[in-house]
Amino acid sequence: MRAGWIIGSVLALAVALGAAGTLLFAVLWRPAIPLAPPGQPAFEGARIVRGAQLASIGNCNVCHTREDGRPYAGGRPIDTPFGTVYASNITPDAETGIGGWSEAAFVRAMREGVSRDGHHLYPAFPYDHMTKMREEDIRAVYAFVMTRRPVRASVPHNALAFPFNHRPLVAVWKLLFLDRGALKEDPRHTAEWNEGAYLVEGLGHCGACHTPRNALGAERAKQAFAGGSSDGWIAPALDAASPAAVPWDAEGLYHYLRAGAESLHGVAAGPMAPVASNLADVPDADLRAIATYVASLAGTPTRERQFDAERALALVRGSAGGRDATSDGGTIYAGACAQCHGGAGREPLIPALNLALSSALRLPRPDNALNILRQGIAPVADAAGPIMPPFAAVLTEPQIIALLDYVRSHFAGRPSWTGLAEVVRAGQKDRIETNGIASGRRQP
Amino acid sequence: MMTLNVNGLARQVDSEPDTPLLYVLRNDLALNGAKFGCGLGQCGACTVLLDGEPVFSCLVPISVLQERRVTTLEGIGTPREPGPLQRAFIEEQAAQCGYCIAGMVLRAHALLERNKDPDDAEIRRQLQPNLCRCGTHMRIVRAVQRAARLMRSPAEGGAHKK
Repeated sequence: MRAGWIIGSVLALAVALGAAGTLLFAVLWRPAIPLAPPGQPAFEGARIVRGAQLASIGNCNVCHTREDGRPYAGGRPIDTPFGTVYASNITPDAETGIGGWSEAAFVRAMREGVSRDGHHLYPAFPYDHMTKMREEDIRAVYAFVMTRRPVRASVPHNALAFPFNHRPLVAVWKLLFLDRGALKEDPRHTAEWNEGAYLVEGLGHCGACHTPRNALGAERAKQAFAGGSSDGWIAPALDAASPAAVPWDAEGLYHYLRAGAESLHGVAAGPMAPVASNLADVPDADLRAIATYVASLAGTPTRERQFDAERALALVRGSAGGRDATSDGGTIYAGACAQCHGGAGREPLIPALNLALSSALRLPRPDNALNILRQGIAPVADAAGPIMPPFAAVLTEPQIIALLDYVRSHFAGRPSWTGLAEVVRAGQKDRIETNGIASGRRQP
Repeated sequence: MMTLNVNGLARQVDSEPDTPLLYVLRNDLALNGAKFGCGLGQCGACTVLLDGEPVFSCLVPISVLQERRVTTLEGIGTPREPGPLQRAFIEEQAAQCGYCIAGMVLRAHALLERNKDPDDAEIRRQLQPNLCRCGTHMRIVRAVQRAARLMRSPAEGGAHKK
């Protein structure tokens, strides 16, 4: 009797362990996909062209190119709260790139975040967005990357803290946070809006920066587009909490994304600069769709916001007023900023943004305003663009604080940022701790 | 009255505190090395050093200077005794119209202070904010290389060695 009971228990335990093992195996294990035969497969020209456009919308080059490196050859460090991940070489080099990847392996990587050899990829690669892509679009991107010039370039090993250096953990992360499959069409909206949603939520992965992340680095789905961070910059909220002085509309966003600058909102700075640079040449239909969808995220502006916008625009119209050199900050503004930004009795000679329209001055944190002031704004590499000179060597910490206090109060009508002095002292290199997988190109 | 520290000398100036340093240098102190190019921090002709770092003096209100050290072209050599950079620019005939040269020299000076042996790429990166409309860039880069050699071994007189 007793022996029977023991045997029964052992058997039950064995079955349970076996089941658990199978489940674990199913979660963790992914097969290798055999190497594709050498030699480039032939791709239709039209598909390669579409792939190039989609790669621009996806900003693949931003992460997959290191500073001064060859395009798509990887090696760029992506700082995360868990350590540094190095973007891989996605040129078709057989040994160091993805030359041996079949189309099936590429589709799986985009859909499931699994490498050709079966290992799990870290979600610094935003497959939580790419998974929403249509297969034909993934295939077009494949055609594009496989027809780039192969670059032999090894990528440094990731430097992640324990336990995050164990890739099987990523499988658990995916169980919790990877929502696979296509985006549902919303019949209440136009086809253009739905296409915009598809591009923004999928390939464009705007939420990777503009949505706050949880402690495990996943986007907080319930706070989509409520604002996040990237590389020491705030990625402003795109929902109703948008800091824009004048609420965005689809037309304004279209021009902003196309040109990297727009008259009522200013220029794309920090990690947004290369994004706008990539969008400069994408087809009109795609960009209109993206702008339509993003503009809808904020909803109809409240009366309070409209009133605030009127106030900002009135300040712009009346900004020829006398110079205000009664405070330290006002004096610095008059001597260092007014030449371009206007006001203080001077007509601007070049049309830099009137700071009454600045989003950076209306953000809840000073990081972007401080970054712009210290580093200036530089054109994206090899492209034309506005230049704001850096003031890091001009202004001392107390002078920076005085100037930021002045412009925030004078132009944005907001009280001084709490903790401004600490952020200034911490320096521009410090990461903001609010959240975040960093992405976007570091300013030179 | 405000006291500025220019080329190691205490200089009294009587200007509004928001006056750009460039105007004070040229109009009040007769230091005409720094040039007015655009007045918007875009061309670099007005570059001077502030505590050793290059800045556009057209966008530096004198109120921010306090005791900080301002160095202009006149502070790193004279026509009789040019400094190594000035000598190298003359020897390489790196100036055509010369309008950008004071800014180029000072920005290069900041580079050579922290890097005795820069390569061409580093020189180009350093001088990137300064515009030259004559197109003497190649000679300017050569002049900075020559100055670096002069500063490393003045006895060689900057002779090129491979």
